[in-house]
Amino acid sequence: MKCVKSKIKVLGSQVLSSVDVNPVTNTVTLLEDEVSLDDLQIDNPITGTVFGTLLNYKGELESLGDAVYDQPYGSPPIAPVLYIKPANTYNRYGGSIPMPEGLTKLTIGAALGLVIGKQAIAVDEKNALTYVAGYTIVNDTSVPHDSVYRPAVQHRARDGFCSIGPWIINRHEVQNPDDLTIRVFINEKLQQENSTSNLIRPIARLLADVTEFMTLSPGDVLLVGVPENAPLAQIGDKIRIEIEGIGSLENFVVDGKETKWRDLL
Amino acid sequence: MRRARIAYGGAIHEAVEWGGQLKLDDGRIVEEHEVIWLTPIEPRTVFALGLNYADHAAELAFSAPSEPLVFLKSPNTFVGHHAYTRRPEDVTYMHYECELAVIIGETARNVKKADAYNYIKGYSVANDYAIRDYLENYYRPNLRVKNRDTGTPFGPWIVDAADVADPMKLKLTTHVNDKLVQEGTTADMIFDIPTLISYLSSFMTLSENDVILTGTPKGSVDTAVGDVVVTEIEGIGRLVNTIIGDELFTNR
Repeated sequence: MKCVKSKIKVLGSQVLSSVDVNPVTNTVTLLEDEVSLDDLQIDNPITGTVFGTLLNYKGELESLGDAVYDQPYGSPPIAPVLYIKPANTYNRYGGSIPMPEGLTKLTIGAALGLVIGKQAIAVDEKNALTYVAGYTIVNDTSVPHDSVYRPAVQHRARDGFCSIGPWIINRHEVQNPDDLTIRVFINEKLQQENSTSNLIRPIARLLADVTEFMTLSPGDVLLVGVPENAPLAQIGDKIRIEIEGIGSLENFVVDGKETKWRDLL
Repeated sequence: MRRARIAYGGAIHEAVEWGGQLKLDDGRIVEEHEVIWLTPIEPRTVFALGLNYADHAAELAFSAPSEPLVFLKSPNTFVGHHAYTRRPEDVTYMHYECELAVIIGETARNVKKADAYNYIKGYSVANDYAIRDYLENYYRPNLRVKNRDTGTPFGPWIVDAADVADPMKLKLTTHVNDKLVQEGTTADMIFDIPTLISYLSSFMTLSENDVILTGTPKGSVDTAVGDVVVTEIEGIGRLVNTIIGDELFTNR
């Protein structure tokens, strides 16, 4: 695959740098060289708020079955089901995800992230994609929980539970964001495969429905959803989320007692 | 001291309350009505408490929770003192919620209740509007109810923590068009401020300018376009907001 235009944030830098990258080999083109991400220190490329979407994969909603008609839900969702990933959760390519004390498994939510490029207020579905600067990969980590009624904030808001990266692929490099294969590998073994073609609200529709009541600003990220049967990871696991045409995001799950690096941030 | 962020003369300034006027960071003294009030800080992570007053929980037909019911809010929803909040045309029940806002000042992890007040920078007032028509039972309270643009007036200023003798003993009131509609005291919180800081910091790191909106007592009444809603907390501030209608937003 040819190189594509992206934005990347070098660790310690305040700005995003425009670079050519290869999403297949997960390398950055610097001068004539293909540089591995393992040889670069990169930060997550996000400057705004991260919003997640749930129950936007057909299989995920179907997995609730008739429970959507029972209490506590009462009826299937009408508006997009959204949540906020707070700033303490932000993590980066190669970063450690701390396993909280007393837990042994974490749920790995593999999401395509839409990075907003201009102020999006009540956008029209027809031109919604023009508000997207580009696409990134998000590892929306959570403590395993079944209910989507009123989940405790501590399931999704732990430190390091939202790895984002490695870069933002420019919007024009992706022909159809509603048809991208997503794969999750744990220790290089394929654990999950799905496609954004299975979204209930395709991307433009999702942007229209969200911005109807909530402005998305440049640098904000909207996750399009997490597919059903999200894999579980434990301490020591290497997680790689691969999205076709975007790249691969790698992280490790470590014992929460050992993540002292967070104390410096 | 009471510190505000305001816009005046084409620039953003820090200002302090100055005997009924405002003293800007450059020394100018101006009238309160001459400035545009911004939120007193730029909030980072904002937590809000559901059902943290027993009388409000009963009013909504819930039993009091055994663990704090926390949800999150994002920057798009905040507006300052004397701002306008939009009421969609199709709704039948949009109500205010007067809440004490606790502003964190220090990095906080695994804080003990006994130490919790050391992590607070100051206090302010928030009006955490809700539109109950849009309530759905998925990741409740859903953002369409609680995180709308202009849906959370916040201000007018931050009062230094050192100037508040006992934040757990403050009177809260809401007036709509000068009529008293909500009255309570922070003494009635189910989970008090030290408990909330201890609870949140037990599973995540809190940082400067994180904000905890500590919940509201009973007295939720529908509001109408044109209503002037004043949420006030004794010794903290008086936050004024006006409800406006859909027709002003011409790009919809």
